[in-house]
Amino acid sequence: MSLWPWVVLAAGLAYATKLLGYLVPPQLLEHPRMTRIAGTLTIGLLASLTAMNTFSSGQSLGLDARLGALAAAGLALWLRAPFLVVVVAGAAAAALLRMAGAA
Amino acid sequence: MKLLASAAARVGLSISIATGLYGISFGALSSAAGLDVLQTQALSLLLFSGGSQFAFVGVVAGGGTGVAAMSAAALLGIRNGIYGMQINALLRPRGWRRLAAAQVTIDESTATATGQSEPAEQSRGFWVAGVGVFVLWNLFTLAGALAGDALGDPRRIGLDGAAVAAFLGLLWPRLKGREPAAIAVVCALVTVLGVPLLPPGVPILVAAAVAAVIGWVSHGRASEGLEPDVEPYPEPGPVPRRAPRPGGGEQR
Repeated sequence: MSLWPWVVLAAGLAYATKLLGYLVPPQLLEHPRMTRIAGTLTIGLLASLTAMNTFSSGQSLGLDARLGALAAAGLALWLRAPFLVVVVAGAAAAALLRMAGAA
Repeated sequence: MKLLASAAARVGLSISIATGLYGISFGALSSAAGLDVLQTQALSLLLFSGGSQFAFVGVVAGGGTGVAAMSAAALLGIRNGIYGMQINALLRPRGWRRLAAAQVTIDESTATATGQSEPAEQSRGFWVAGVGVFVLWNLFTLAGALAGDALGDPRRIGLDGAAVAAFLGLLWPRLKGREPAAIAVVCALVTVLGVPLLPPGVPILVAAAVAAVIGWVSHGRASEGLEPDVEPYPEPGPVPRRAPRPGGGEQR
């Protein structure tokens, strides 16, 4: 099935979420639990996406060149490299490990 | 030029260039995930939120369904609603400006605006960063999508490794302290345990549910994970000031 409906729906939901912030009464910012959940949700989703992209291929788990990409990216971040450098470090690590024969 | 004399506008401009540039990695990853150039560009033009866009194509690349990709992107976009509330409290845009402001309400524009203390500067920072990132992000998305199409096998040049690095790079600045790190570890574990048991893409949604429950029952800082993933002001610089939160107290 085409991805188009999901692209359009995702875009519509994203805009509606942003606009909603401008339309709700400002007093809602007083509810710390709501902002708290928005924050933990962001952390949880990004951690989950990192793990899925590192360890999974479809429904199977494995260790391959992407683990090297994770390590290289972590090192780059620890050295306070800018985002683009982090991404390039990840790609380079995975490409080099594959050239060396890793899966 | 008057605009360039504004500190907020200069910060907004430099953050636009830095952020816009990595649109190239989004474009390339999106085409590696199998989206065509038009779909990739539609995400940058219409969805326009880096984390959500990476999430969408990341789920598709992992074999997830369209509905799973959409759900992950929508959940990751919830923080933009909170940013909208903060910007609304600061700038109070009206009419068409409000509709335009909503579209460019992202990590970068929010961080630039809330880092200023004067209303006029907050406004300049927000619009320069928001519009600047929008224009450059879209241009570099197109460049990345076209390059990705031409590069062939994405695994050979390590684009799957680039995706891993991109997600870690988006997560990293939000791990300030022990608790956010613990939440990240728990959600990563839940995902790995769920991969063999659930359809592709679904483990991410389970991890999101776990993160929401942790947020509901625990009592950490209200803004944890919500500091935008950019630090536009070098330290020591202007003291970052958040939107006024009656009763919310000092955030930092």
